[in-house]
Amino acid sequence: MPDRNDLPAPPRPRKPRRWGRATVIGIPQIWLLAFLLAPFFILLKISVSETDALGIGFDPLVSYVNDVLQVHIRFSAYLALVRDSLYIVTYLSSLWYALLTTVLCLVIGYPFAYFIARARPTVRPGLLMLVMLPFWTSFLIRIYAWKNLLDINGLINQALLWVGIIHHPLRMMFTEFSFMIGMVYGYIPFMILPLYATLVKLDHRLEEAAADLGATPLKTFWLVTVPLSRSGIVAGSLLVFIPAVGEYVIPELLAGPSTLNIGRVMWNEFFLNLDWQRASAVAIVMIVLILLPIAVFNRYQTRSLESAR
Amino acid sequence: MTPASSSDNPFLRIEGITRRFDEVVAVNDIHLDIRRGEIFALLGSSGCGKTTLLRMLGGFETPTSGRILLEGQDITGLPPYERPINMMFQSYALFPHLTVFDNIAFGLKRDGLPKADIAARVEQMLDLVQLKPYAKRKPHQLSGGQQQRVALARSLAKRPKLLLLDEPLAALDKKLRERTQLELVNILRKVGVTCVMVTHDQEEAMTMADRIAVMRDGRFLQLGTPIEIYEHPQSRFIADFIGNVNLFDGKLVTDEPDHCEVQTAEGLFHIGHGISGTLGMELGVALRPEKMMLTEGHHSHPYNAFQATISGRSYMGSYTAYELQLPSQRRVRVTVSNADRHADPFAIGTAVTAHWAPNAPVVIVD
Repeated sequence: MPDRNDLPAPPRPRKPRRWGRATVIGIPQIWLLAFLLAPFFILLKISVSETDALGIGFDPLVSYVNDVLQVHIRFSAYLALVRDSLYIVTYLSSLWYALLTTVLCLVIGYPFAYFIARARPTVRPGLLMLVMLPFWTSFLIRIYAWKNLLDINGLINQALLWVGIIHHPLRMMFTEFSFMIGMVYGYIPFMILPLYATLVKLDHRLEEAAADLGATPLKTFWLVTVPLSRSGIVAGSLLVFIPAVGEYVIPELLAGPSTLNIGRVMWNEFFLNLDWQRASAVAIVMIVLILLPIAVFNRYQTRSLESAR
Repeated sequence: MTPASSSDNPFLRIEGITRRFDEVVAVNDIHLDIRRGEIFALLGSSGCGKTTLLRMLGGFETPTSGRILLEGQDITGLPPYERPINMMFQSYALFPHLTVFDNIAFGLKRDGLPKADIAARVEQMLDLVQLKPYAKRKPHQLSGGQQQRVALARSLAKRPKLLLLDEPLAALDKKLRERTQLELVNILRKVGVTCVMVTHDQEEAMTMADRIAVMRDGRFLQLGTPIEIYEHPQSRFIADFIGNVNLFDGKLVTDEPDHCEVQTAEGLFHIGHGISGTLGMELGVALRPEKMMLTEGHHSHPYNAFQATISGRSYMGSYTAYELQLPSQRRVRVTVSNADRHADPFAIGTAVTAHWAPNAPVVIVD
């Protein structure tokens, strides 16, 4: 009598093939590794290296000469950053302007995103198109165009003079004003798009339920709409804040020379002073300065989002 | 359509409410009085205007014309947050970022009640819907039935004068829905709140409501108690919409004060009341499947009987539904209650006679 074990084994569930998924995830991973992490370590290495005897390259960090293993790590570039208050003030100033840009983008972008999300589905693509339309022209040209608008003899001054609102042209270029105009203009799409994505998914009946329970429109906004669009607010703010800290083009073109900006300092160290060690140190500190708190914040955010959903 | 009742002070009065969306008239000149403590159901299929009417009561839609009076006070122009009316939304619309406690407390906080009072009221509500252990949970951690109870508690917490229920049980599965219908009615009676509900489920309307208005194309087709609507449908649409029915077309051949007779292609209907119509007029006769009795073999009756063969049957447990084929090829549905456990259902192809009492059919003149 055949044993039960002699029966043919039931077909094993087919193992899903994983290489497709691995490729899809792997390629961007390798890309990031190669073009983000590698330059980061190159910068890190340069920032602690010694200039070689010829003055064009860098000495290796580790050398093995005459049975002596020598490790040369030079911290003077970093010490310079701490010793010269200019760098600290510049970092703070950059963080401050990035924060200001983020807040302005949020305040201006939120109603805009809300309006698009609440518009009839047929007109939404058109409105979103308007947000993305500027991307069709070069960023540099668009920022440069602001010069023509904001100049002493620019379009805005001419118009205001012609209408008679002002009698002397306003000085708008190379001020905090022109700087912030450029920053908000350049970065606001990155705020609007994630906000729109969350707001369009927000169930309108939740706002009706709040109104039904006695909440005025303003209360409904603060107690229901804003908390439920938090993930969009966070995503948009990070997308604006992170690149805004190190922004170089906009301050270079629109901000006055007195506006301290870490992007410009970096540029000067690299290309004017040719002090690569210090320039690298400036860059490394900036990355750490931005990434550390954001990484912590992001982790906390993900956790709280997961528990809320 | 419905004349305003002469009672001096209806609790809720809807006066000639109309709502147009561009060309479409969603709600067309509705008049309605609702008594204090009544549970009233608006019944109809989707697009009949029931939800629009409910949303106008809640303040989410503005009527194109007409007035809404609550205890004699005109509330037509009030925004939702100023109306003493609360709504239980379809699929509940619970705030996903708030706990059960905070969901229920949301409305009370807007009234600026002291903290202790809010907590006490929320406790009371949690007690009412038997959700005390779940106060700290978020809505997504609850089952569908529990979410439904949270929604109910939230809408009752402010002790509204009028409670609106938008498809209150549509999101629950069938078994749970049947149980919850009675539970919900019990809670509503206990609280004593006046209630207007919207549903497309006629069973839900019949089990829960004191009165039902059947709506179609923005109008009330018929308004009455569940029994009136079921047993005395005024039109073919109602007869067909509420429950199952067999409809026959015929001519009035006899019309006496105590009975009338209608000749149809399928047979003669002898009906136990007069209808004061004109002889020869076309009318319809509605006969519910459960009002007929089946006996095996062909027996001849002068009226109120079909000789037929069984052409289909489905055993439903508590009853068996048969499809009968008449000599005219017309098919008729008959249900037989399975009162006896050993009843032997008729097999397909069996010759049977279906007959019914004179008070079973309803004459429909429309």
